[in-house]
Amino acid sequence: MSAGVVQVAGEVIANRRVGAYHHLTLVAPGVAELAHPGQFVALAVGGPTSANLLRRCFSIHKVKPSGTYGGTVDVVVAAHGPGTQWLTGLSAHDAVDVVGPLGRPFPLPAEPVACVLVGGGYGSAPLFWLAEALRERGCHVEMVLGAASEDRLFGVVEARRSADGVTVTTDDGSAGRRGWVSDVLGDVVDRTSAGVVYACGPMGMLRSVTDVARAHGAVAQVAVEESMACGVGVCMTCVMPVTGNDGVTRMVRSCVEGPVFRGDRVRWDAIEGGITRVPDDALGAPRPGGH
Amino acid sequence: MADMTTVLAGVELPNPVMTASGCAANGQELHRFFPVSELGAFVTKTVMKDPRSGRATPRMAETASGMLNSIGLQGPGIDVFCEKDLPWLAEQGARVLVSVAGNTAEEFGEVVQRLVASPAWSCVVGVEANISCPNVANRGLVFACDPVSSERVVQIVRTRVPDGVPVFAKLTPDVTDIVAIADAALRAGADGLTMINTLLGIVIDTDLLRPQLAGTTGGLSGPAVRPVAVRAIWQVVSAMRAGTVPTAPVIGVGGVRTGKDALELVAAGACAVQVGTATFNDPHAPRRVLTELEAEVTRHGVTRFADLVGIAHERMVTL
Ligand SMILES: Cc1cc2nc3c(=O)[nH]c(=O)nc-3n(C[C@H](O)[C@H](O)[C@H](O)COP(=O)(O)OP(=O)(O)OC[C@H]3O[C@@H](n4cnc5c(N)ncnc54)[C@H](O)[C@@H]3O)c2cc1C
Ligand SMILES: Cc1cc2nc3c(=O)[nH]c(=O)nc-3n(C[C@H](O)[C@H](O)[C@H](O)COP(=O)(O)O)c2cc1C
Ligand code: FES
Repeated sequence: MSAGVVQVAGEVIANRRVGAYHHLTLVAPGVAELAHPGQFVALAVGGPTSANLLRRCFSIHKVKPSGTYGGTVDVVVAAHGPGTQWLTGLSAHDAVDVVGPLGRPFPLPAEPVACVLVGGGYGSAPLFWLAEALRERGCHVEMVLGAASEDRLFGVVEARRSADGVTVTTDDGSAGRRGWVSDVLGDVVDRTSAGVVYACGPMGMLRSVTDVARAHGAVAQVAVEESMACGVGVCMTCVMPVTGNDGVTRMVRSCVEGPVFRGDRVRWDAIEGGITRVPDDALGAPRPGGH
Repeated sequence: MADMTTVLAGVELPNPVMTASGCAANGQELHRFFPVSELGAFVTKTVMKDPRSGRATPRMAETASGMLNSIGLQGPGIDVFCEKDLPWLAEQGARVLVSVAGNTAEEFGEVVQRLVASPAWSCVVGVEANISCPNVANRGLVFACDPVSSERVVQIVRTRVPDGVPVFAKLTPDVTDIVAIADAALRAGADGLTMINTLLGIVIDTDLLRPQLAGTTGGLSGPAVRPVAVRAIWQVVSAMRAGTVPTAPVIGVGGVRTGKDALELVAAGACAVQVGTATFNDPHAPRRVLTELEAEVTRHGVTRFADLVGIAHERMVTL
């Protein structure tokens, strides 16, 4: 386990609205130097006496090691429940406690292979600096961004800067092609002879990305989003059934062993309707008549 | 500087602050934030005989000043624990309170037997029997809800743990009379008690109109339960002071987020305090609570932490 994580009293320096989301820049000295694409931060919400004790996790959108303000971290937040509403309501100079960077980053290919980066909604947030890291290694990078509607797409303009090609889809056709990212992904993989597909977004999307990648001969690396209470590996709430190199399925913590997993290792068969079951063949699965 | 040492059934600890079982894994994750050896003791995640996958997810729901969890005692099993986790804690110089459980009373005994045989056993300062878990042999009824089951587990564990290493029974507050269970555990040979485990609860998802946890029910923890912990400690310690229950050390746990919170449990009679759910909010919480508790001891003008243990019983206004 790496020691590369810090807890810092952060400060908001910018909070701007971007479509349906809020793009927050936080001063959080020490995080940037340690962070890699695919990792996340866990933010405390509501201040020191908050009744919302659990941390909220967000993919790191970008980092700046130092500058006028000291190191900064950017996140893209969709307002949803009380924690994300509190965060999106913050103003410049407000305090936010930051723990990060957390989790395992996207693994980068050793060879300069073509890659397709797929983002669903705010799931595109961590993909831009991944694209830069891949292009630095000589990889051809294409992006596929999808969302329910145009306001829920994030970073289309930035994508055109960070990638060699961009395809956009929306469920309602308000931008790009009408449909899902999985409808266009196969063609992009074939056209670019991509070896790796990186994806971040809702679980259902990650599952279809995994299927399409497999069918078109690419490896999928997916960043999952499981409900997390601590983000640092101590509570065991964030587990997912994942098959290891030894062929054994275990309920592993997505905050420390993930959030990035090889798509074909995730037991999608156990995930449905907002519930993840423990597969019967998982290590230590409940047995009839007791545990 | 206040003297923060505390003595638990003959074992002296440099300070009274501990992690709570299941809220700190087995140390490596929190060690990235502070050295685990700085705590009075490190309490491990409850370990059972075999590896356990735990329950389906969602396993947690946030509640006002707390949370529900239904982890289902996920863990690697006692053999892997003895091979990997305990030696790591020993290497860090941590004093370890090992939390154990079994599906049956006999299984508690097997777990303890393997634990005692571990080469790293010498870092163990106590065994916490988590009797707030279901007894498979008794229709899944929680051991600690029944005095007879509680006694059986404690007897078996006590005979397998060498003399000089105390055994603590961890009680659930979900009983009609916690004093009766405390009495049964102590008379069966427990050297001390840990109070409290979580309280059973249900959260309904108001969008899906179904229970939010995949396992329907979960254990409530966090600051929301602190008054229940203080009450449980108070009742049992009152009975000890009245001589109706054998006198023994109590480790307090439930809703501690700050040094002041810890002091409440201490003033009610706890001679050590565990920090659980607050760790999810602040990974430094157990270490920070120690610093804050030291400041509280100084603020009250006493030189020894031990002078504050149970003090509220003496200051209580009798009507
Ligand atoms: C690795 C990772 C990266 C993420 N990246 C982003 C991002 O870039 N932008 C963004 O807007 N959201 C992201 N999320 C989702 C975000 O964490 C949740 O939307 C947020 O925690 C919900 O908080 P709330 O107060 O609005 O909701 P509540 O329902 O009040 O949250 C209650 C509790 O449940 C947890 N929780 C609820 N929903 C989720 C969820 N979908 N995922 C994880 N935990 C959840 C919260 O952490 C909190 O502990 C990410 C989640 C993970 C795990
Ligand atoms: C996620 C989680 C997991 C827990 N796992 C265990 C466990 O394995 N064994 C145990 O004895 N108690 C377990 N507990 C209970 C705590 O140790 C503690 O008794 C309880 O949460 C009250 O303290 P708190 O309010 O400080 O969290 C767990 C609590 C939580 C929140
Ligand atoms: S979120 Fe707590 S262990 Fe992963």
